[in-house]
Amino acid sequence: MQSLISAAQTQDATAAAGGIDPADLAISTKSLRKVFRDKVAVRGLTLDVRRGEVFGFLGPNGAGKSTSVKMLLGLVKPTLGSARLLGKPIGDREARRRVGFLPEHFRFYDWLTSEELLRVHGQLCGLRGDELARRIPRMLDTVGLTPHAGKQLRDYSKGMLQRIGLAQALIHQPDLIILDEPTSGLDPVGRRLVRDIIRRQKERGATVFLNSHLLSEVEVTCDRVAFIRAGTVIEIREVKEFERSYRNVVARVGRLAENALHELEAWGTEVRLKGSYLSMRLHAAEFAPRVVQYLVEHGVEVYEFTPQRITLEDRFLEIVSGDEGL
Amino acid sequence: MTGIWIIARITFQEAVRKKLLGMALAAGAAFLILFATAVHFQAAGFQERHVPLFLQRQIFSAMQMVGMYAINFLIVAMTVLTSVDTISGEIASGTVQAIAMKPIDRWQLMTGKWLGFCGMLTAYALVMIAGVNLVSAGMLGTSARHLPVAFALMWMESMLLLSTTLCLSVSFSTLTTGVLVLGLHGLAFLGGWIEQAGSLTDTPKAVLAGVAASLVMPSEALWRRAAFEMQSPLATAINVSPFSGASVPSSSMIVYAALYTCVALGLAVHRLNARDL
Ligand SMILES: Nc1ncnc2c1ncn2[C@@H]1O[C@H](COP(=O)(O)OP(=O)(O)OP(=O)(O)O)[C@@H](O)[C@H]1O
Ligand SMILES: [Mg+2]
Repeated sequence: MQSLISAAQTQDATAAAGGIDPADLAISTKSLRKVFRDKVAVRGLTLDVRRGEVFGFLGPNGAGKSTSVKMLLGLVKPTLGSARLLGKPIGDREARRRVGFLPEHFRFYDWLTSEELLRVHGQLCGLRGDELARRIPRMLDTVGLTPHAGKQLRDYSKGMLQRIGLAQALIHQPDLIILDEPTSGLDPVGRRLVRDIIRRQKERGATVFLNSHLLSEVEVTCDRVAFIRAGTVIEIREVKEFERSYRNVVARVGRLAENALHELEAWGTEVRLKGSYLSMRLHAAEFAPRVVQYLVEHGVEVYEFTPQRITLEDRFLEIVSGDEGL
Repeated sequence: MTGIWIIARITFQEAVRKKLLGMALAAGAAFLILFATAVHFQAAGFQERHVPLFLQRQIFSAMQMVGMYAINFLIVAMTVLTSVDTISGEIASGTVQAIAMKPIDRWQLMTGKWLGFCGMLTAYALVMIAGVNLVSAGMLGTSARHLPVAFALMWMESMLLLSTTLCLSVSFSTLTTGVLVLGLHGLAFLGGWIEQAGSLTDTPKAVLAGVAASLVMPSEALWRRAAFEMQSPLATAINVSPFSGASVPSSSMIVYAALYTCVALGLAVHRLNARDL
């Protein structure tokens, strides 16, 4: 059963990546699995992330997002499966030099000032001397912490800590940036800042891999998203698809013949009439004009006809509630 | 290589910045003042009462050993207390995640921490041991014998406990690690006494039990060897105390302790490599 699921996912992921050369992938995992004692945290993760894209990794609490990310970074050892990061096997030091990571709960020595923290992280990434000295103030400015540069971390608020965490992930201009809930604890200004930072990193050519629950943010920042549940990828989608996914329609209509509901099922499912509101889910967005045409031809008065977009959130909620149909 | 030094430096810095080293040195200074005061009054008392020179020597020598013993205790406490939280605490808080994903290997992380503590503890031991001996040299004109050897042995004891603490703290919580290391050291302490008593009363089986305890944790054996080195043979012959040389740990025990230290550090690296962070 397990192998069937993995096989199906492998096909899926390869198709999604469009048969791309493995060297062009920032992240590539095959049937990654992690079991903590008797708890299966990640069931079999098969996923390809292309270089230069912003990839959203979505799923309910406990779906295994953080565990997956930690496996990619070599912090957690996979029970089974393999993965490559920037073309190198996971755990490779050279690959890690080019990766930036913001952990889920960023914590660091609270007796350091933010300047000192960035210096330590920069040095660990191999930055030295002038180069490092130039980047520190720029990075502090990017995350809006310049006024607090000399403060010790113990005097920071949660959001400020999150910002300095973001700065340490970016200080060495990594090719791949992995952010585990970067907006957690941030105010609206901070969330906007994260969005801008992600956009700038993408423009620079970096790949961004993002765990987040803020679906509205994901919708504007990500190119593709993967939905995972219980440690398995349910589906991978282009975010643009959601923009085109006007597949629910609601119409306010006059009197409708008995058999009309049945006949409308030619173009969609879940055809329902509540009072004067007719709602249905189309098989494809292109069927909307046909439905209008049908109604008009059958003498039904149409007062309103509103196609509704399926949002990331709708799909997310469907997946969380276990409904696999779309 | 540089990764090790960055970690070592920040570990040392932490001890300084958290005022740990400063406080320890301040406490040490208070101790030295107390010691100097005691020596001063004792010397004045001897002058008044015309105590025989031979007995004076014995008493000063004993005082000096008590001083060294107290310092040994301070070094042991300092070693365990400063290092007990570093690995387990950073794993528990998640601090280690942002470090361990950097382009350094886990053995470098462990070695760096070890070196940082080593630097801090070496400085502490040097200052304290030099302090006691400067006080007694200045006031009495004598200091402990074979000081470099004694220092090396006490330093080894500190490194042994450091490696053991780091090793255990990879797998256990801070509190558990502390209890385990101090428990082991207590066992070694008790073993030392059993060995002495067994040796004085010619009870080979008791001596064996004591040696066995030293094999489980050779920390106290290092101190006893250091005490033996520091005292004159005469003083050694008439003493029964933690500084007595009734049964002196052999050179093989010293080599064993050195190996124990290396194995503990190796195991610490191995376990850190194997565990999820
Ligand atoms: N060290 C661990 N030991 C045992 N179980 C763990 C461990 N880490 C994670 N788990 C379990 O693995 C599952 C996945 O956890 P993970 O942190 O990856 O979820 P997540 O998708 O990041 O959730 P969230 O959205 O809440 O951050 C959870 O059921 C969790 O209880
Ligand atoms: Mg998580």
